[in-house]
Amino acid sequence: MYAQQVETGVKAVKSLAEMGPEERAFQEKIDAEIKIEAKNWMPDNYRKTLIRQISQHAHSEIVGMLPEGNWVTRAPTLKRKLQLMAKIQDEAGHGLYLYSAMETLGADRDEEIEKLHSGRAKYSSIFNYPTLNWADMGAVGWLVDGAAIVNQVVLQRTSYGPYSRAMIRICKEESFHQRQGYEILLHMMRHGTQAQKDMVQDAINRLWWPSLMMFGPSDAESPNSAQSMAWKIKRHTNDELRQRFIDQTVPQLEILGCTAPDPDLKWNEERGHYDFGEIQWEEFYEVLKGNGPCNRERLETRRNAIQDGAWVREAAVAHANKKQKQQAAA
Amino acid sequence: MSEWTLFEVFIRSKHGLNHKHVGSVHATDAEMAIENARDLYTRRNEGVSIWVVPSAAITATASDEKEPLFDPAEDKVYRHASFYELPDEVGHM
Repeated sequence: MYAQQVETGVKAVKSLAEMGPEERAFQEKIDAEIKIEAKNWMPDNYRKTLIRQISQHAHSEIVGMLPEGNWVTRAPTLKRKLQLMAKIQDEAGHGLYLYSAMETLGADRDEEIEKLHSGRAKYSSIFNYPTLNWADMGAVGWLVDGAAIVNQVVLQRTSYGPYSRAMIRICKEESFHQRQGYEILLHMMRHGTQAQKDMVQDAINRLWWPSLMMFGPSDAESPNSAQSMAWKIKRHTNDELRQRFIDQTVPQLEILGCTAPDPDLKWNEERGHYDFGEIQWEEFYEVLKGNGPCNRERLETRRNAIQDGAWVREAAVAHANKKQKQQAAA
Repeated sequence: MSEWTLFEVFIRSKHGLNHKHVGSVHATDAEMAIENARDLYTRRNEGVSIWVVPSAAITATASDEKEPLFDPAEDKVYRHASFYELPDEVGHM
């Protein structure tokens, strides 16, 4: 999931009987699958939770460009370079759709970006891992975007209208990302040298577990899940989505002819799902706290981009003002 | 960037269709808003024409006006074609 561990500020989910008339009318709309729009009444915590979740999601799209940006100048062919640039441009677009949705809730984009840059806002843990070889571009597209799709497909039905519409738009574009990633890997496995095939397996070994962590802590460790589910901001639990991702990914892994770095991964006939090994949650919490392999580098890159671009923004304002004066004089 | 103007973006997806609201962009002026909207909302031939309007220039109905504005239409079933029952031999009308 692109938004992990979103605080709701709520201790226990209220029943309809415990709510005042406005909140009850709001909850009944949600229960009836009627979308909440920007101007509708909403509980303060619903608004704040959404701002947190959507901004986290947007930040993830923006920071998500950085591991891929590492390979623009190193892509093996012009074709791959063009594909990668198109994908990165999409990520920027996805970030902007989401910031727009967030702004409808009264949040300020600059303020939220400042929270990211000062380390007060989170983004997905996955983007704090380095992309070390070309196969990582394939594995990111296939596994990371694949995990994001599982999460985002259900978020198309999220209760807040602008968020839901942003998700629909994003999902339309996201399947290109996953297919191009998988095709990179498949091409290396079917036409590559042994060294290139080893690269693919190496990329999978490194990115497999961090991809599973994208869905967030297990349900038992997710104190905010119940409220987010009642508000239909979230539609499925972290564990349900993780299982769905694994079930759809393992057959694709087999087609590649690769393996997962998990000796416990096997089909469970009785459950009708794959069983899998235990996730190392200490690593997840460390990365979330800022101690992943690339956390500092990612934020520094973002801060530099904003600072180094300041003169461009100032020049754009000056140019617009000059044009306006010229038009007024004419 | 929040000091820049917020523009709402409307896109005509095909000739003959209405412009439809798709989202918003920040820009220093309308010309830049069009350029930003093109990059953001038409990367895959989604449009043949773009309108941008400063968000502040839009007047909208308030959510608490919903009933007084829209309820009066609810009990006027005679405004719909299906209200008028005609014998089968008239055929499609």
